Amino acid sequence: MAGDQVTLLDFWASPFGMRVRIALAEKGVKYEYSEQDLRNKSALLLQMNPVHKKIPVLVHNGKPVCESLIIVQYIDEVWKDKAPLLPSDPYQRAQSRFWADFVDKKIYDLSRKIWTTKGEDLEAAKKDFIDCLKLLEGELGDKPYFGGETIGYVDIAFVPFYVWFHAYETVGNFKVEAECPKLIAYCKRCLQKESVSKSLQDPQKVYDFVVMLRKNFGIE
Amino acid sequence: MAKEDLLLLDFWASPFCMRVKVALAEKGVDYESKQEENLLGGKSELLLKSNPIYQKVPVLLDNGKPLSESTIIVSYIDEKWPSPPLLPACAYGRSQARFWADYIDKKLFDATCSIWRSTGAAVEASKKEFIEVLKVLEEALGEKDFFGGETFGFADIMAIPITSWFYASEKFGNFTVEAECPKLSAWIKRSMQRESVAKVLPDPEKVYEFVVMFRKMLGIE
Repeated sequence: MAGDQVTLLDFWASPFGMRVRIALAEKGVKYEYSEQDLRNKSALLLQMNPVHKKIPVLVHNGKPVCESLIIVQYIDEVWKDKAPLLPSDPYQRAQSRFWADFVDKKIYDLSRKIWTTKGEDLEAAKKDFIDCLKLLEGELGDKPYFGGETIGYVDIAFVPFYVWFHAYETVGNFKVEAECPKLIAYCKRCLQKESVSKSLQDPQKVYDFVVMLRKNFGIE
Repeated sequence: MAKEDLLLLDFWASPFCMRVKVALAEKGVDYESKQEENLLGGKSELLLKSNPIYQKVPVLLDNGKPLSESTIIVSYIDEKWPSPPLLPACAYGRSQARFWADYIDKKLFDATCSIWRSTGAAVEASKKEFIEVLKVLEEALGEKDFFGGETFGFADIMAIPITSWFYASEKFGNFTVEAECPKLSAWIKRSMQRESVAKVLPDPEKVYEFVVMFRKMLGIE
């Protein structure tokens, strides 16, 4: 849309920010990327997201939209003429929302436990994490993407976490591919899409970031 | 659509189930409901089969097809029965409604319950946090009649059922929402005037009795 001013307040390693980047790329939306310092939050970020003070925030013609999945739905509704991210059937839409919500409720918290705990807590977190990935694998089935023939809402919700797997696997001493080969094949398939590969970060950089975070948090 | 085509797996005290019932009432849609009597002991086979991942109510079965998670169910109801709309027409307004629904989901019920889950000095701290959440909601409401503006909508539906639990928190925390947040209190009264809300929400006294029993069960003195 001509004359649109779109800015994304983001943090390079955030899987939530990556979701928004993929959605904007799928829709071919031009935007300004604004890297935020999360240890020293800018006046702009605090003004645009006073309630949660978090990234990502999409600022569209001066008006902020917060919470990554809400932003993705907003993008889908505003730039509706290209690459629909949600199905048109209400039941299928509900199913997509359910699985994206599952990723939000389970994947992030469990994966965080993997790089912030040790010993028994770590082992329990790993098991729960793999159980959740297996549920996702089951839901994917034989489809190329969760969205069917093209990537959609659930793919966008989930695939950014893939670039954090290398970090989880290294600190947790396990391999997702050994447990969920289909899911890894799916992630690699997603990376072949330009909208995904250009939006996701290098797993090695993410790993280095996690190492630094663990040092700061005092985790061995 | 026949009444039997829609089945709600329900629990009378659950504010999440109330959200679905209010939404269906707003749309004038008929449905059957089945009380899950024993959520703490033996969940029904139908519930476990329909919601294997979370094993929770509410579950809405539409011609046998299950939907779970109250916010998602209400979105589905709004999309399947578009009139009257629960979300605004413009994308930005919709994102705002979803944002507040999400905030209410993340914060309000936990804050409400933490008051009666606490004992001793922790009660005051829980009360303070709860009132902070209410003040954020009051600011979001502003001078509007409802969160969505002039009409009762999505975010209002997410919040109003939880207010049936406020009385229990007020008793245990020794305060009133009206004194702390008069604007929000006015919104509660305004929402309760709607038939959909008045018919669905349980008597707060009954919820209080349920909380008393639940605290005993949890061993909270």
